[in-house]
Amino acid sequence: MAAAITVRQVTKSYGGGTAAVQALGQVSLEVAAGEILVMMGPSGSGKTTLLSIMGVILRPSSGTVLVAGHDVTALPERELPGVRLRHIGFVFQGFNLFPALTAAENVAIALDLRGERRPAALTRAKDALASVGLGDKADALPANLSGGQKQRVAIARALVGDPTIILADEPTAALDSHSGKLVMDLITRLAREQQRAVVIVTHDNRTLGYADRIVHIEDGRLREDDARARGRAEAGPGPISGRPTREWDLVPFPA
Amino acid sequence: MLALRNLLHDRVRFIVTLVGIVFSVVLSAVQLGLFLGFTRATADVIEQSEADLWVVSRGVTHLESGVPFSESLRHLALGVEGVADAQAHIVSFGTWTRPDGAREGVMVVGVERDGAMGQPWNLVAGTARDLGRPDAVIIDELYKDKLGVTHLGQPVELRDRRARVVGFTRGIRTFTTAPAVFTSLANARTFTGLRTDQALYLLITAKPGADLARLSEALTHRLPDVEVRTTADWSATQRNYWMFGTGAGISVLIAAALGLLVGVVVVAQTIYAATVDHIREYGTLKAMGATNGYIYRVIIRQSAISGVIGYGFAMVIAAFVSRASQAGTTAILLPWTLAASLFVLTIAMCISASVVSINKVTRLDPAMVFKG
Ligand SMILES: Nc1ncnc2c1ncn2[C@@H]1O[C@H](COP(=O)(O)OP(=O)(O)O)[C@@H](O)[C@H]1O
Ligand SMILES: [Mg+2]
Repeated sequence: MAAAITVRQVTKSYGGGTAAVQALGQVSLEVAAGEILVMMGPSGSGKTTLLSIMGVILRPSSGTVLVAGHDVTALPERELPGVRLRHIGFVFQGFNLFPALTAAENVAIALDLRGERRPAALTRAKDALASVGLGDKADALPANLSGGQKQRVAIARALVGDPTIILADEPTAALDSHSGKLVMDLITRLAREQQRAVVIVTHDNRTLGYADRIVHIEDGRLREDDARARGRAEAGPGPISGRPTREWDLVPFPA
Repeated sequence: MLALRNLLHDRVRFIVTLVGIVFSVVLSAVQLGLFLGFTRATADVIEQSEADLWVVSRGVTHLESGVPFSESLRHLALGVEGVADAQAHIVSFGTWTRPDGAREGVMVVGVERDGAMGQPWNLVAGTARDLGRPDAVIIDELYKDKLGVTHLGQPVELRDRRARVVGFTRGIRTFTTAPAVFTSLANARTFTGLRTDQALYLLITAKPGADLARLSEALTHRLPDVEVRTTADWSATQRNYWMFGTGAGISVLIAAALGLLVGVVVVAQTIYAATVDHIREYGTLKAMGATNGYIYRVIIRQSAISGVIGYGFAMVIAAFVSRASQAGTTAILLPWTLAASLFVLTIAMCISASVVSINKVTRLDPAMVFKG
């Protein structure tokens, strides 16, 4: 099976001349369909930059990005929205819901973008909300939802368009631990059920337990989690491959 | 979906936008309605004359500046092939003395006794025939106060001669502040200081089927030192003179244009402020795969919805203003053609007001969605 996203020797610099900031240096990464990848790193290490490049929101300074096997770095600007529409679902730290729309309409707008008609789109949106456990909140405005509920609406919105890959930037950072756990459970369960690739950027250790694979990023360079390799060597392949095993990595959300 | 919801969500801003649009459209509608009202008022006496042709002394630029010629031209005109009727006619300024002694300028309209052309119309009291009585005048009821007239049969004074009000018309307005005073030709001559054999105009009715261009030519040829104008042509000359020749119309049109400009600015302001407020949502849409076109449609739809609703309110107000103006000496006309043109203008105004916002969104970097 082809990788959902392939990043090859990507660099990214912001600005030019002497003021240029090298945010990423020679990053290569592959995310397979159905794989849950957690990316960790300190603030300013380039996590968001890499996620934006994978999401075809930002162009790399050099290197190539393949989405579902297609090189998107060669595409003209006007074709990029279409690539995002077909392949990428985003989940943001700040939810980014449309405050004037109900939960169902927030989800339906992803279908509206795909040209789906209103009544059908709303029906599908309500189904999607039910699948994130918000079947009874279809008509609620975001202002009347809790943070965790908002993020679940955002997840429904990201998934309803049937994307190849879900990119989540700190999806639990604004949530309490209970909501965070719900959200992580949901993303990972739906991703596995629907065989979607998921990339989660975080510096929340509690999300590590959900990862198939963990990469660390520091100063714009990737480092595969050595704990994982060590863990595998010591314990052999577990029920979920790549599960981190070091004590301090295993700080689960309280149930 | 998003367009309408965002509008309703920012209710205060939506109301500000609507108030701006309503203000601007009402202002423009009133100014343009005034323009139309003035335009009609300048030439009503010509338009309603029921003449086919007007014989005018050569070089006369507008109705109020007629140059006298001998009434005998009328007989010459009657002899021209194709002329069914010819009447002498007078339109000229005169001075009216109110009962309290104050003087008012009036436009004396002298019409031929029992003639078929140039008669007062829309009579609400008396008949045109009453002008056959000595010293009889007919005025418009809109100008009763101005002329100090309270009742039918009231004695009045024109150029120090006595006259008597024998009838009232309704809605004959003049653009100059001088109200029309209909009277007989003989009275008109005394009131305006013309000699007893003089006239200022000839009104011509052509025989059925006669070619007006050919007839004009024949009359011009036959009568010395005159121009012969069709009623439509003479009316247009009169309107142009007052509306554009004097600049009176220009200032009204400028006010109308300013009204629309205010509208563009107000709408552009509020739409832009709304766009800036919602910039994160537009960034999210871009990240989700919306094309620029999709977002433009959201913004333009917001402006257009505001425009349609604002226009609706504005027209209701303008219709009331127009209705109310019917009772005064300055008519604000609101024909459906003006209403339709204003609709197009309003929508165009609202859409052009979106341009700044569209420009802002075009340059929006979707990467902003990740910023906390
Ligand atoms: N638009 C930008 N312009 C200039 N520098 C930027 C921009 N975005 C990010 N950077 C810089 O690039 C580096 C990586 O940023 P980012 O990818 O946001 O890191 P993270 O998400 O890991 O905190 C940082 O040094 C940051 O200051
Ligand atoms: Mg970041």
